[in-house]
Amino acid sequence: MDSTSVKVKGKATGVTATAHPSGDKRFKVLDVTMKRHRYQQDALIEILHKAQELFGYLEDDLLLYVAHSLKLPQSKVYGVATFYHLFSLKPKGVHTCVVCTGTACYVKGAQTLLATVEKFANIHAGETTPDNQLSLTTARCIGACGIAPAVVFDGKVASQVTPEAACDRIKDWIS
Amino acid sequence: MELTELLEIGEKERKQQKNIRVHCCTSTGCQAANSLLVKKEMEQAVVANGLSDRVQVVGVGCMGFCGMGPIVEIEPQDTLYEKVTPEQAPSIIEALNGGETTALKGDPNHPFFAKQLKIVRENSGKIDPEKIEEYIANGGYQALYHALHEMTPAEVVQEITKSGLRGRGGAGFPTGLKWATVAKMPTGQKYVICNGDEGDPGAFMDRSVLESDPHRVLEGMAIAGYAIGANQGYLYVRAEYPLAIHRLEIAIKQGKKLGLLGSQVFGSSFDFRIDIRVGAGAFVCGEETALISSVEGGRGNPRPRPPYPAQSGLWGNPTLINNVETLANIAPIIDRGADWFASIGTEKSKGTKIFSLTGKIRNNGLIEVPMGISLREIVENMGGGVPGGSVKAVQTGGPSGGCIPATALDTPVDYESLAKLGSIMGSGGMVVLDQDSSMVEIAQFYMDFCRGETCGKCIPCRAGTVQMYQALTKILNRQATMDDLEQLDQLCEMVKATSLCGLGQSAPNPVLSTLRYFRHEYLELISH
Repeated sequence: MDSTSVKVKGKATGVTATAHPSGDKRFKVLDVTMKRHRYQQDALIEILHKAQELFGYLEDDLLLYVAHSLKLPQSKVYGVATFYHLFSLKPKGVHTCVVCTGTACYVKGAQTLLATVEKFANIHAGETTPDNQLSLTTARCIGACGIAPAVVFDGKVASQVTPEAACDRIKDWIS
Repeated sequence: MELTELLEIGEKERKQQKNIRVHCCTSTGCQAANSLLVKKEMEQAVVANGLSDRVQVVGVGCMGFCGMGPIVEIEPQDTLYEKVTPEQAPSIIEALNGGETTALKGDPNHPFFAKQLKIVRENSGKIDPEKIEEYIANGGYQALYHALHEMTPAEVVQEITKSGLRGRGGAGFPTGLKWATVAKMPTGQKYVICNGDEGDPGAFMDRSVLESDPHRVLEGMAIAGYAIGANQGYLYVRAEYPLAIHRLEIAIKQGKKLGLLGSQVFGSSFDFRIDIRVGAGAFVCGEETALISSVEGGRGNPRPRPPYPAQSGLWGNPTLINNVETLANIAPIIDRGADWFASIGTEKSKGTKIFSLTGKIRNNGLIEVPMGISLREIVENMGGGVPGGSVKAVQTGGPSGGCIPATALDTPVDYESLAKLGSIMGSGGMVVLDQDSSMVEIAQFYMDFCRGETCGKCIPCRAGTVQMYQALTKILNRQATMDDLEQLDQLCEMVKATSLCGLGQSAPNPVLSTLRYFRHEYLELISH
């Protein structure tokens, strides 16, 4: 009986010390990641990656939480989050379509491909459809140059994509 | 871990391997073409045909011919299949049993393969990158043992210097000299960083090496650590390469488990830990001081040099930064000797170089060739030329490089010759352009890239790239005058001379080289 109560108490204090007031479980997962990095400030990029993976994007509250946990100035965390292209401070759509615009893809018509998809989905690169179903972005180069032009649909790389094939692929997502 | 134990692991693995190995590429390129399903179908066919005792399907790294993926290769018969579909996959196995296959047969003696000389990529496409035993069976980690037990750190540095190896990241700085500089710094905390931030659009050899043979890079890092007196290494990889990161994580775990990484490597007093640092999408982080800042968890802003990272790098400590391909060359040099390595290539550029051959060319993919081979040999012979057209120019070195006109195709590929043409070796991107490509548009494409990737710290780069982009756009819109062209010339020289880091200093190169060889295209747009 005694040992159980001590255990519960120990656990409870541990949680209140770091937990986010919202009680959102994803913060707990983030806490574990930060603990694994021993709250080292130089692991900031890894931790932001994890945070984005958990929450989909980096909202202000989340950045504040990370800054507080790592004892870093808020300006530093915000500075890093805005410096790197892969961090998004805006929510993303349910599906993602990333058109590679690297040189090999460019030479093989990535610009036309992108323009066609933009017109089809009625959004520009970097935007999300109003129904929040599709986010369209570009990548500098995903290193799949041998199979250019390449497009990443929901994390899966597709090879030698034609404008028609790309529209076909996203058709179901946005209709 | 002793040498005998290492050899035993290798021997055991070799004994376990079946007579016929069916290699199926599982790298990013072929995975995109559904190679995982092809592999699964073949595995099932092996069982269904009762061939499990002599045939084994192995998921291997990149075989190079990415444009024709998924690629399947049968050893030891040396049969090659291209563009294999899951439907054709079972018939490939049946063909081993006397059946017929509908899969498209490739020619392993095609110049694309035959003209290659593989050192860095010798294991790529031959071993399962997720199994350390296969690497060991191919002689892996013996160079590390040899270095630790039979050589002093100074001798290792000496050997690398003698080999004539130069940095494969772009600039071609002598690797031995870099190692010696860090080694000479007073004893204390030092670091090894492997630069896997392959940002050059159109280049993907580092991804391929990391995905296909991760242990080769780890072994190179450990040897470097021993030579310079570092006990910690960081492998900085782009977040755009999730498969490479995944395989490196596996490799590090396996290395630690066998005592080949971590504390007391091979039972010696040498400790070496390797941690992965994942980038977050910033081209400038390929620059060494920016990369250090990113490893420290900050914005990837470069800082002025000197002090060089060799003197004051990561957290102010002496730091050795080498590119993936450079480090992948280390183990073979220690294994086979500096003289062997120095016998390959040209007088000033030793060894081989991997190029990613892409763009308007028949055979897309990765090739590893000895330095000194001519561009024509690569583009026309190995690459098979432009389908239905002719080569107009070859772009090497990405946003920091330049366009080499077709008239200069007989130039040998080495650091000095490419620099003389106004381009650079770079990390190995080689994009072929045909008669339909507008060179001004290409220059604009690269300037758009640099404009977006400048970190904004120094003004020449931050404002200059934007100004150059606007000038190029004006020219392309046929609104420019000769004054604009003159101003573009001046801007290029100014940004080149006054930028803080390599990004800005080399950003004008694509414009300068197209102005040099294709000035008439600019003039045509201005006069009409």
